[in-house]
Amino acid sequence: MLKKNWWKTLSILLLLVPFTFGFLVDVPEPAGVPLQHTIRNLFFHVPMWFGMMILLLISVINAIIYLVNQQEKYDVYATAYAKTGVIFGLLGIVTGAIWANYQWGQPWSGDAKQNGAAIAILIYLAYFVLRNSVTADKQARLSAVYNIFAFCMLFPTLWIMPRLVESLHPGGQGSQGNPALNPKDNTPIMRLIFWLAVAGWTLLATWITTLKIRIELLHNQYNND
Amino acid sequence: MYKKIFFTAIATLILSIVSFAQTQNATSDVMRTNGKIYVVMAVCITILVGLIIYLISLDRKVSTLEKEFKGEA
Repeated sequence: MLKKNWWKTLSILLLLVPFTFGFLVDVPEPAGVPLQHTIRNLFFHVPMWFGMMILLLISVINAIIYLVNQQEKYDVYATAYAKTGVIFGLLGIVTGAIWANYQWGQPWSGDAKQNGAAIAILIYLAYFVLRNSVTADKQARLSAVYNIFAFCMLFPTLWIMPRLVESLHPGGQGSQGNPALNPKDNTPIMRLIFWLAVAGWTLLATWITTLKIRIELLHNQYNND
Repeated sequence: MYKKIFFTAIATLILSIVSFAQTQNATSDVMRTNGKIYVVMAVCITILVGLIIYLISLDRKVSTLEKEFKGEA
């Protein structure tokens, strides 16, 4: 299986980068920027969000393909990617809250970006509620249409809304304007580790999703026979 | 082949535990340097490796099911 699917091996190798160098790399500790070693969360917490966004993008693409050609398998793909995406989002919220407890003094500060992420995830949770509360003949089409709506809300809540106000997130104070990463907190080598981590986590999430898809397809085949 | 990998991983884990036990009194132990960051690293790598081994075994089970189903159809 690892031989046939090189990207699965690649995901393991990529993930080993943040799990080793993520702990060993020197981090800047400038005065007035109190992140200290918690900046290492950049290799674990932030890739959850990037993984989520990429998976939800794959999900909405599959939803659109379903609407175009009405093939059942694309509905299965869209749902499975949305599920793993939401799980990554929840992990992002929880890991963020753990960090915020020590950095901002409380797990939930109602920060613009925290609220935005919570809204985005709730919109996607409603996707599953909607999907499971309609009859089978309407399920796929209705949830594909809702998926597009949910995706349209994703980037405004995560990227636009938090930029309109000050955020507690690093880089979100005053006129810094980028509540994600304070340039003072990182170095080029850290950014490299970060992007490798994003790639590794995204591939791992895709791997998990493909398992979910294969199980669902087997299930459907079994039911059709 | 995967059995081999699995057992090598387990053997490595056991060996590392043994080596922990042997170096417990040494103050120059590498695991105790840098604010013991290597300990956290070892914990996280163990979790990652454990989860990936589980994921691989699930993947293989699904492949077996797919093959069985194809055989029947």
